[in-house]
Amino acid sequence: MLRLLRTMWTIRAFEEKVSELFGRREVHGLLHLSIGQEAVAAGACAALRTTDRVVSGHRPHGHAIAKGVDIASLFAELAGRETGCCRGKGGSMHLAAPTTGFVTATGIVGGNVALALGVAFACKEREKQEVAAVFFGDGAGQSGAFHESLNIAALWKLPLLFICENNGYAEFTPLSAHTPISQLARHAETYGIPSATVDGNDVLAVRTAISDAAARARAGGGPSFIECMTYRLRGHYEGDPAKYRELSELSDWKTKDPIRRFAATLVKKGTCTHEQMRAVEAEARASVEAAAQKASTGAWPSVDEVTTLVYAG
Amino acid sequence: MREITYAEAKVEALRDVMRADRRVCLIGSYFLGLSPRRVLLEDIRKEFPGRVFDPPISEGGVCGLAVGAAMAGLRPIVDVTTASFLFHGFPQVINEAANVRYMSGGQLSAPVVFHILHGLRGGGAAQHSHSPQAMLWNTPGLEIALPASPRDVKGLLAEAVHSDNPTIVVDHARLFEVKGEVPEELFSIPFGRAEVKRNGRDVTIVASSLMVQRALEAAGTAVAEGIDAEVVDLRTLVPLDKQTVLTSIAKTGRLVVVDECHRSCGVAAEIAALAAEEGFSQLKAPVKRVATLDVPVPFSQPLERYIEPTAEKILATIREIMR
Repeated sequence: MLRLLRTMWTIRAFEEKVSELFGRREVHGLLHLSIGQEAVAAGACAALRTTDRVVSGHRPHGHAIAKGVDIASLFAELAGRETGCCRGKGGSMHLAAPTTGFVTATGIVGGNVALALGVAFACKEREKQEVAAVFFGDGAGQSGAFHESLNIAALWKLPLLFICENNGYAEFTPLSAHTPISQLARHAETYGIPSATVDGNDVLAVRTAISDAAARARAGGGPSFIECMTYRLRGHYEGDPAKYRELSELSDWKTKDPIRRFAATLVKKGTCTHEQMRAVEAEARASVEAAAQKASTGAWPSVDEVTTLVYAG
Repeated sequence: MREITYAEAKVEALRDVMRADRRVCLIGSYFLGLSPRRVLLEDIRKEFPGRVFDPPISEGGVCGLAVGAAMAGLRPIVDVTTASFLFHGFPQVINEAANVRYMSGGQLSAPVVFHILHGLRGGGAAQHSHSPQAMLWNTPGLEIALPASPRDVKGLLAEAVHSDNPTIVVDHARLFEVKGEVPEELFSIPFGRAEVKRNGRDVTIVASSLMVQRALEAAGTAVAEGIDAEVVDLRTLVPLDKQTVLTSIAKTGRLVVVDECHRSCGVAAEIAALAAEEGFSQLKAPVKRVATLDVPVPFSQPLERYIEPTAEKILATIREIMR
């Protein structure tokens, strides 16, 4: 239980630190934070094995951290350093650390779903008991790649977990402006894929749903669609004034903060004390500080690197 | 050495790479288009049950699937069929396959082969006749191979599968009946090696894919007029064998580039730029291009014929440059 809390706090602390560094211009570029959505990443990855493969999208920090990617290498990547997980060539939207099972993130909404389809295809072809999971937002649900992927995954019974983080907004507009469907899990029905819509701010509910789906995939039952209803407490990107939503909506969702909610539940159940809760947060923040510090001293990549790794060899 | 058709050599290559490497699978199976010879592919289907997949018409999903599967360790060969359909897979080819190695700092690779049939086919009109190789060439991270003979299709296809990079095999249905000598065993032709398909001393014709056959035809006719043309087959655009092109220009002093892409920003334009930048002092005459006109491909036969880079047009251009 504390592990789940620790993961969520690490994600929160990481992204708050990223935001701070962005404000000081120590990290640059397009940054999409998942503050408020930590329960989805933490709950889902806790239900997966180390050997399972995860593909993420343009809001990937939480998924990478929950899958076990070293946070110092993530900070260094966001800061464009040679010590970054992608040697400074990928940045926030294109994190990759395949040895941890975090295959890649990609900046193209919907494109990541099709890539994950292939990762699941490879899992099946190699006859390993591995599953693939892909995280995407509600905005991806209107893309062709999404629907093509659902169909093929169902048709070929691929071990793929479609994990939709429905945070209600596709970039700057509410989901209602994009589709008449309020719950994207309904699309799964069309393709005959088992689905569940869960409270995405309830880390245990997410873990249970993903655990069931992973077991079904491992048993040869094919794909599942898990829609996690959640909310991003920040704008679409860092610097987004987010004037497209009501302040009351934001404050409502702050009361459903997945971390505080889970911590309160644990204390109420007597699983741990207030002090232990605070200690988990403090440890997470300390590890993030240390990682950020380490990243800031990393070397910049040499311009000689610019032409390397375009092709093999 | 035995002589077989281009279509037979191509199917042999697919069969042999599948025998040699269990990671290879076929996603889509119209490698011979609608040619009557497509029955040859049935042998592959029989020999490799479970390794030939017939996907739904979902180019984006299928290309993405192949890239993801390649990233996860397989070596898929995707048949996108008609090149015009590749545009539906472009997000996955251009935005994902071409970039993953670079963006991941070398942690990932996407050793996938995308197979397309390009060019004018007779009545394909504007939406079934594209030659997207120049568009693809503008995307660092992809390799592009264009076979023009039975031997080359076997060797280049095998090399495409061995390559650790995403590769586009740009093929042409009008090559399928060409006959030529092909080794029986599996072999690879290294990428980045153009081939002088005909030696000559007066003018260099640089071409690729079907245009190599057209160039050879024009060069054959030109002999009667006392013109000795050299034909250079690029074989791969990426990597590009600049040296063979420049050596030939140095020898002949004249360059005609033949290309089935539309004229503007096509393959011919890039080869002309290479000659201008690195071979200018060797040139005795301005470079000439023979390419498809800059219009959508029309349906009607005389109109399609009018825009096409034919052997007659190549011959006329050779005469002009020799004047």
